[in-house]
Amino acid sequence: MKRDIITSAIGILVLTLLCGVIYPLFITGVSQVAFPGNANGQQLFVKGKLVGSKIIGQNFADEVIGKNGKVQMSAGNPVTAPDPHYFQTRPSATIPSDNAAATMFSNLGPNSVATEQEIAGNIAAYLALNCPTAVSGSGPCPHPYDPAVTRASDVPVDAADSSASGIDPEISVANADIQAYRIAAVRHLSRSTVDHLISEYTLGRGLGFSGEPGVDVLELNLALNRLSPSTS
Amino acid sequence: MTVTGWLTILLFAGILTILAMPFGRYLAAVYTGERTFLDPLLGVPERFLYRVMRVDPASGQDWKKYAKSLIIFSLAGWLVLYFILRTQTLWSFTGLNPMGFHSMPWNVAFNTVSSFLTNTNWQYYGGETTMSYFSQMVGLTVQNFLSAGVGIVVAVALVRAIVSRSGRSIGNFWQDMIRTILWVLLPISIVVALILVFQGTIQNFSSYLTVHGITGLTQSIAMGPVASQEAIKELGTNGGGFFNTNSAHPFENPTAFTNFVEMLDVLIIPAGLVFMYGRMSGKRRQGFAIFATMMIMFLGACAVAYIAEAHGSPAQHAAGLHTQVIAGSTGGNMEGKEQRFGIAGSAIFDVVTTVTSCGAVNSAIESFTGIGGAVPFANLSASEVIFGGVGTGLYSILMYVLLAVFLGGLMVGRTPEYLGKKIEAREIKLVALAILITPLTALFCTAVATASASARVLSISPAAAGGPQGFSETFYAYLSQANNNGSAFAGYTGFIQPNAGNLGSHGINLANLLGGFDMLFARYAPILFALAVAGALAGKRVSPAGLGTMRTDNGTFVVLLIGVIILVGALTFFPALLLGPIVQGLTSHLYH
Repeated sequence: MKRDIITSAIGILVLTLLCGVIYPLFITGVSQVAFPGNANGQQLFVKGKLVGSKIIGQNFADEVIGKNGKVQMSAGNPVTAPDPHYFQTRPSATIPSDNAAATMFSNLGPNSVATEQEIAGNIAAYLALNCPTAVSGSGPCPHPYDPAVTRASDVPVDAADSSASGIDPEISVANADIQAYRIAAVRHLSRSTVDHLISEYTLGRGLGFSGEPGVDVLELNLALNRLSPSTS
Repeated sequence: MTVTGWLTILLFAGILTILAMPFGRYLAAVYTGERTFLDPLLGVPERFLYRVMRVDPASGQDWKKYAKSLIIFSLAGWLVLYFILRTQTLWSFTGLNPMGFHSMPWNVAFNTVSSFLTNTNWQYYGGETTMSYFSQMVGLTVQNFLSAGVGIVVAVALVRAIVSRSGRSIGNFWQDMIRTILWVLLPISIVVALILVFQGTIQNFSSYLTVHGITGLTQSIAMGPVASQEAIKELGTNGGGFFNTNSAHPFENPTAFTNFVEMLDVLIIPAGLVFMYGRMSGKRRQGFAIFATMMIMFLGACAVAYIAEAHGSPAQHAAGLHTQVIAGSTGGNMEGKEQRFGIAGSAIFDVVTTVTSCGAVNSAIESFTGIGGAVPFANLSASEVIFGGVGTGLYSILMYVLLAVFLGGLMVGRTPEYLGKKIEAREIKLVALAILITPLTALFCTAVATASASARVLSISPAAAGGPQGFSETFYAYLSQANNNGSAFAGYTGFIQPNAGNLGSHGINLANLLGGFDMLFARYAPILFALAVAGALAGKRVSPAGLGTMRTDNGTFVVLLIGVIILVGALTFFPALLLGPIVQGLTSHLYH
């Protein structure tokens, strides 16, 4: 008994030193030397200013200015509206959107009215941005929008469902292709230019078979800004 | 559903099998003291640890001594971790608390410590809003190693007892523990951690980044020594996320490739141990039979989850979404799933981490469809014997094997024997207790929580607490904790966090204490019963197999074993499962 207690006490201490100090420090050391970019979160800079992480989703939105000339607030956070000049990331359940310091699932059940309402809201917001006439539901969407997108059923699932992390950096190719119409119009770029950028920032499957292709939205938007910087 | 999705499932199963077989041979060498290629490197640290810990590796322990060392070692670990979490602010001098997080309140700490000690890693806190780097590293990472080690050594001891020819010794706890950490857990963790960083998992001690986004909004990005913890979190089937969204967070699981690596990381030890068992018993077909049993049930679970999730949810359909595959999108239920993993990558990950006691998630289980969500329920109801946790999986399925042998023996009217050892009344009583203790604990705690008025505030939406989703949340919480899994229908929350700055995340006593009890009892009671079975079998005389001996290494036995596992799980849990996930899976009705 006494022997077990002594061995346990010493054991916890030395194994803590081994597994809790030496091991993580060793991994940190090797990582910082071999893969410093990755180990520090793939930070992206524009003109020396940190604008985000390549693998963390961002909310590409503008603060909404109220009638009194001040930024509208809701529960301590500014109210925002999606900026049409940028590709939009997936819906996020964090507060505020795409909060990478307090990630959260939506935790909405499969058979819940709350889930249906949330998805319907996301669909409405997506259509308002990518086919403003869709609300009246009349015929194909007019130029310059994607003529194939007029109803809820035309919205890709990843654009209507909240991501898991709340900071999903990627969107589906179908989602990007629809948004490309809008981006080309508001930025006065040709569709082929935008399509070319999309394919440039599309990440394939892992090892060629695992997971799904996705478009890295932050990198895509930064590339757009390099092409036509005169926005917002 | 897509061809690539199905291909992923099959390739994963294939690669796992190919890796696990040689790994099983390696494990057998580690625990029987044969030479391995790591001996020249690890001999010195091994002898050093024996000396400072005052261990005599040559002295064998009977099951009571083995159990006593295990319990005292766990208790010491519990106290140290509790101290670290309760004094988080005290360690800020190390510079490893850059965000100035407060210490944990006692009730959350009780739950968290019990959780990490029992290899559950249920989390009533959000990692990036509660834990300092010091607590994550020196506290939680350490128990990720040690709790995994405890599970493995129990399995090794039971295997030794089954194959032993004489004497009462089932090995030496301290020697098994040290060799597990040095030969198994640390080397693989180092390799996996570096693969993860190579793919984009972070590993640093910076304070959180403040980003001025391109539209002018500010974003704060959490940092930390993630890769080192992520690697052992999966390897030890622990599953406690560095961040709140666990393996869905891009800094924990940045690509579909890391997703694949992490799944292999989870299953490699549970699968390898089965082959180790075949080697150590000298009857490799016994190992193959158990592996086949596990693999069949695993593939079945993957298929059901994938089909259900690819079909989409009633809420999606009611909102007008089309969930079929279209060009550039796989469709399906993407609520609470990440684009880079897609439907298949999320469904398999979910199965991998709920058949084992891992409980890491790369998607929100709460948002799975009714039938998709019934899969993790079913995996937990099978008491995690489909591969199962590291060690726990093997010793638990061996309990079922003994039960199946007993039932088979009754059917053919012979004295049941396993590998030449007679299975008698004492063994079967202990086996029955070991099997039943976890379900009983889970159901008892669920009943208490459901009957209690204070359980309603635990549901993220109080309106849902009375419906099937609310019941699923409660039931899953205690089932997951009893099985030491740790995944969650995460709407069920045991803490109220006033704001992201973490001025003390207030714990809810009922959830924290009941859950803590649930985990501790359902972990250590089966361990003691398993060791007692080991004690009863060690040194039993081996009689040669005769004509009347029931074979335990053929297809008939695999079918019998699967039948027993499903029968016990279904009889225990079916009524409760009907009220939650199944009722949702069978209807497209939407509940408030």
